[in-house]
Amino acid sequence: MKIIIVGCGKVGATLAEHLDQEGHDITIIDRHWDKLKYLSDRIDVLGIEGNGASVTTQREAGVQNADILIATTNSDELNLLCCLIAKKAGNCQTIARIRDPEYYSEMRYLRDELNLSLVINPEQAAAAEIARIIKFPSAMKVDSFARGRVELIKMNIPEGSKLDGMKLTEIEAKLHCKVLICTVERGEDLLIPHGAFALQAGDIVSFMAPHAVALSFFKASGANVTNTVKSIILIGGGMISYYVAKKLEETKISVKIIEQDFAKCQKLSEMLPQAVIINGDGTDKQLLDEEGVGVVDAIGNFTGIDEENILLSLYEKEMSKAKLLTKINRITFEEVIAGLNIGSIINPNSITSDNIVSFVRALNNSRGSNVETLYKIAQGRAEALEFFVRDDSKVIGKPLMELSLKPNILIACITKGNRVIIPNGQSVIEKGDSVVVVSVERGLNDLEDILV
Amino acid sequence: MNRKIVAYFVGSVLRIEALLMIVPTIVSLLYREKEWIYLAGATVASFLFGYLLSFRKPRNMTFYTREGITSVALGWILMSVFGAIPLWHGVSSIGFTDALFETISGFTTTGASILTEVESIPKGLLFWRSFTHWVGGMGILVFVLALLPEASGDSIYLMRAESPGPSVGKLVPKVKSTAKILYEIYIAITFIEIVALMITGMSLYEASVITFGTVGTGGFAIRNSGCFEYTHVQQIIITFFMIVCGANFNVYFLFVAKKFKEAFKSEEVLSYLAIYAFAVIAIAINISNAFSSFGEALHHSLFNVASVMTTTGFASADFNTWPGFSRTLLLVVMFIGGCAGSTAGGIKVSRIVIGFKTIRKELEHFVHPRSVKILKFEGKPIEHAVLRGVNVYFLTYITIFAVSVLLVAFDGKDFTTTITSVIATFNNIGPGLDMVGPCGNYSQFSPFAKYVLMFDMLAGRLELFPMLLLFMPITWRRQR
Repeated sequence: MKIIIVGCGKVGATLAEHLDQEGHDITIIDRHWDKLKYLSDRIDVLGIEGNGASVTTQREAGVQNADILIATTNSDELNLLCCLIAKKAGNCQTIARIRDPEYYSEMRYLRDELNLSLVINPEQAAAAEIARIIKFPSAMKVDSFARGRVELIKMNIPEGSKLDGMKLTEIEAKLHCKVLICTVERGEDLLIPHGAFALQAGDIVSFMAPHAVALSFFKASGANVTNTVKSIILIGGGMISYYVAKKLEETKISVKIIEQDFAKCQKLSEMLPQAVIINGDGTDKQLLDEEGVGVVDAIGNFTGIDEENILLSLYEKEMSKAKLLTKINRITFEEVIAGLNIGSIINPNSITSDNIVSFVRALNNSRGSNVETLYKIAQGRAEALEFFVRDDSKVIGKPLMELSLKPNILIACITKGNRVIIPNGQSVIEKGDSVVVVSVERGLNDLEDILV
Repeated sequence: MNRKIVAYFVGSVLRIEALLMIVPTIVSLLYREKEWIYLAGATVASFLFGYLLSFRKPRNMTFYTREGITSVALGWILMSVFGAIPLWHGVSSIGFTDALFETISGFTTTGASILTEVESIPKGLLFWRSFTHWVGGMGILVFVLALLPEASGDSIYLMRAESPGPSVGKLVPKVKSTAKILYEIYIAITFIEIVALMITGMSLYEASVITFGTVGTGGFAIRNSGCFEYTHVQQIIITFFMIVCGANFNVYFLFVAKKFKEAFKSEEVLSYLAIYAFAVIAIAINISNAFSSFGEALHHSLFNVASVMTTTGFASADFNTWPGFSRTLLLVVMFIGGCAGSTAGGIKVSRIVIGFKTIRKELEHFVHPRSVKILKFEGKPIEHAVLRGVNVYFLTYITIFAVSVLLVAFDGKDFTTTITSVIATFNNIGPGLDMVGPCGNYSQFSPFAKYVLMFDMLAGRLELFPMLLLFMPITWRRQR
């Protein structure tokens, strides 16, 4: 597919990289020549220097024949303008990044009236993920499928856990809950395990379960972190903190935000009447201790600087037993950061890019069984995809054991209406189901792609 | 430096060369010549060596500018060595140095020959000799890129190192598709010229060989008299295609993409045509006395200026006997050369245009010392890095030129021969003046001078820096 990306910032570059891996033709527009050159030296994209909202530049980038235009500059207004013009000049699908809460609250109107195909808001998406994680403090990452009915949860098996040494087949009998272990990361390796596989302390596992089952699984396995979060401190009063606080407003969780800039504090206090806003330096040790870092249940380090966030998390790990959330914008040192063991890493850009990749795959496959949701797991080495099953699919009506699947593919969950099934060999996929597949193979476009 | 990846690319180049050498082998077999065995032998040798170098894909496939540049330089040298085998064994009168000179001259689309007489040489070998022009014209690594199943973003480094011009861009987002488009245009032009020449009564063999020389802007002919004997119509066809291949191929892409307005606005191509038109008219007036009519003078001026400016090196008349002004003007257009992104050599019109604009800007700077002016080319501001690249290119060009002239001068040939032999090889043209004029050749030079000229041909074709970097110890040092 021909895709134009406007804005070569962090989001734009991450997107270009992921979409390039999917094999699309990517043209990227930016005002700065050096950024374009740096990017196009690393990945196979065409850089066009210029203003993305100008028709001339868009034409030069080939908007007439483009399938999708994605506007990811740091200005919401410019992004909307880019999309409007692209729609007129090329009649392609348009995706805009909208971050301002004011616009985002009017998203539905904007999307319909301006004919946008998709609106992305990395901070809001990150906040949604954070809210899910807060519900499972022992989890490192929580991805939801089937409109939130079932979740893919990533967790670390700590030393001395009941799961240490347990075979997968024994889990149901010993812990009395039916979960499906989808992937196991052990050291450098990533595996899709079989029944006789025995877990070890230090493994990072992803399992699939409905919400309630997941909760009892955590309890049964005896995770040692506080089980319910009642209070949270957010350091840094940026967009993410705002969206997180907004999401948590309905719950009983008390939110405290520490922000350095007084004007920002006032604005936050105006928008978030229930939250406690503290004006002060989040990296000030004294202030952190005073505000109760040692006793709080969860801490989110969401300042604008990655290094600060990591440092804060390292300190907090020493000081308290709280659930830690760390925002990292640059994913270049992912492996190193994963080794630090500082709780959940939140990367707004890769969440957004997962959303767009799933949108593009669905667009690529307009007739078959579409990709509904896509998440990358284990630093992008595996994917979990949700498909909606159409009537003419080849996988319908047969027990799973009779389907000849490609190696390293797992059918993790089948949702029939409101019923969530963790499948076994006898389960049958029917029309209208939604199916979650975990795969080491990249680029599944259609549910039928899982067959040999 | 990731030496494994360099070996892998050089190996791929040799394997592609083996593939391409099958064509002349078949031609040789069709003419039932006994020399086919040398062509076949070179094919096998090139394939085996290439296979040895590249049979295992290196685990670490990342490469950067220096790997790209080294691959290109080494690839071209080894490709020429293997390409020289058929001529070395097939033609009894020449040794290895001469065969290598001839092959490098072929691949770099120079067209400078050490053969005093070509008509007695077997057709298969002559076909290969001209086919090297065609291969070298667009660049063999670009060909590799077009075929490579998976080209990553880094492969732009390869393309940049091999394609002529101050700043190499892609036509479409993927390097692989860009390489494919370029080759498609190239093949289409080749095909049209072969058909056009055959309509005028040329045999398929002769039409093909002349076409390879034209579209690659090489200039190897298969008659002792060069292009003297062809009819006016045939010469006009050749002129047309020389000009076509000396222009920036991006323009043809714009035509294919139906962006006619932009295509006709290309500053470089317009300047190129303007320089051509000026030189043609000036020379036609200057030489009109020597020909029966002004029309005849114009015809030969059109042909020979096109040939020299696009660095092809065909000749329809012995321009060595023309008046001093014409000979000098020809030397000037030799330096200018064709457009960036074409198959032609020389300094390139875009660099000349940018150079002139820089001079004008600096002059204006004397009048208004505080003036700020952004230079534009093709309607876009020129990046500082490109400007610096152009300036450094000029300096390097002059340095290599001066050193080469000095080294060739050891041979003790007369001044014009010495200096024009370097001009003609460095700019990938072929014929110079006096002893190396259209009716002369390079056989009288000493082996040492020949190696200097070979270096010049490769340096000229690969835009100077790859060949120089090959001799820099820092390129080869392992990264710690």
